[in-house]
Amino acid sequence: MTFDDEPPIGSGYPILPGHSSPGRLERILRAGHFAVTAEIAPPDSADPEDVYARAALFDGYVDAINATDGSGAHCHMSSMGICSLLTRRGYAMILQMSCRDRNRIAMQGDILGAAAMGVTNVLCLSGDGVQSGDHPEAKPVFDMDCMSSLAMFKTMRDESHFMSGRKLTTPPRMFLGGAANPFAPPFDYRPLRLAKKIEAGAQFVQTQYCFDVERLKTYMAQVRDMGLLEKVFILPGVGPLASAKSAEWIRNNVAGVHIPDSVIKRLAGAEDQKQEGVNLCVDLIQEIKEIPGVSGIHLMAYKQEHRIGEIIEKSQALNGRVPWTPQATTQ
Amino acid sequence: MRAVRNWSIRNARWIHPIYAAFEWFLALINPLLNRIGYERLDKPFAAVEGLVKGFLFDSQSCGQCTLGSTGLSCPMNCPKTLRNGPCGGVRQNGGCEIKPDMTCVWVKAWEGAQNIGHPETTIQVVQLPVDNRNKGRSAWLRALRERLGETP
Repeated sequence: MTFDDEPPIGSGYPILPGHSSPGRLERILRAGHFAVTAEIAPPDSADPEDVYARAALFDGYVDAINATDGSGAHCHMSSMGICSLLTRRGYAMILQMSCRDRNRIAMQGDILGAAAMGVTNVLCLSGDGVQSGDHPEAKPVFDMDCMSSLAMFKTMRDESHFMSGRKLTTPPRMFLGGAANPFAPPFDYRPLRLAKKIEAGAQFVQTQYCFDVERLKTYMAQVRDMGLLEKVFILPGVGPLASAKSAEWIRNNVAGVHIPDSVIKRLAGAEDQKQEGVNLCVDLIQEIKEIPGVSGIHLMAYKQEHRIGEIIEKSQALNGRVPWTPQATTQ
Repeated sequence: MRAVRNWSIRNARWIHPIYAAFEWFLALINPLLNRIGYERLDKPFAAVEGLVKGFLFDSQSCGQCTLGSTGLSCPMNCPKTLRNGPCGGVRQNGGCEIKPDMTCVWVKAWEGAQNIGHPETTIQVVQLPVDNRNKGRSAWLRALRERLGETP
């Protein structure tokens, strides 16, 4: 799908009244469409073709692509590099920016550079600790945190100056996002934390993997009662598990991912566990989609990106809508 | 020491008012402090403050104390020094993602803030990033001067 005022590749959309960015994701969400975002696997290489090939797997299924920033504190191609390459081809990018590896000077410079390249969405993260990655001996920076970086970018965008007060001649027109994890303690604080993120500047949130729909329902009800749904778009995270064994491993080793026993049992009982992982993901999307206040889903199909098309089609997440593809603009 | 730190959070309900009263006391004797000079007092103040807060709260002396809005749990003990709430990596048992044997500093902060009362007003204040120049300086003097409308 394209908008009537679809710009040529390399330019942004006209910014509509009430919008903060010239981007496609904000357009889709504010128009009330059920949005799909997905995480691209960053290559361990310097070859741009690796990035283009991975992005092409999402064509026609995904509205915006998250470029991860050293997720799990492992080294890969930078989120900035991936965004730079893919915005040139017209993709809507979500630049993930963690506070682990850069201080406020670098972060403010990066946001200007990203906006100049046509990135219109940023996801502000604190970041996984260096201890969980392949360079545990590295120095963790954490000059800022997810909340203060949101506030910093909001100030840059809306008041057009650096933290120091020095003026910007053109502010970064970004749709600001954050992460949420309704599945980690302290549970009764999590909705308040979302309120705080909105206060800091978050306009959309993507959540950690959801394998516990009941937990998500409780969270969404709390958030709704607090009146937050009018202020933020919520995209729960989902993804296919490869097997019962890998689910068990993720549960024990990946910070913040909560996988109930019932999920592991379902996978273990299946003949084709990989297919069952996909089926489970489809079921989860269908259940999550029905929860009032959910604006879309965020797919994290680690090492299974090629199955995203199948997942989207089977779950009918897009209600027949076909997102923008590079071919849509060139035609 | 974690046992003392946790004790302080458990007893935040009465420790916090004493702490607030101490701030009030500092404001009372401010004319005297002002005469001696804040700069001259900073080192001895920071030393005493480091000892007291270090013992009670495992304070890391960032110089911009936020204990009042974090339920007396020093956020600089978070391995990521998060000053605005827990990260998404908190374990199901409340343990820290990086130091599994330590309860998340923010799980404790939420507990302490509830003990003090009105957590939604204190813990919800968006904390700006620290001014790294203040590390090791007295946060008491700084807070006092801010309270009196001065720029520290």
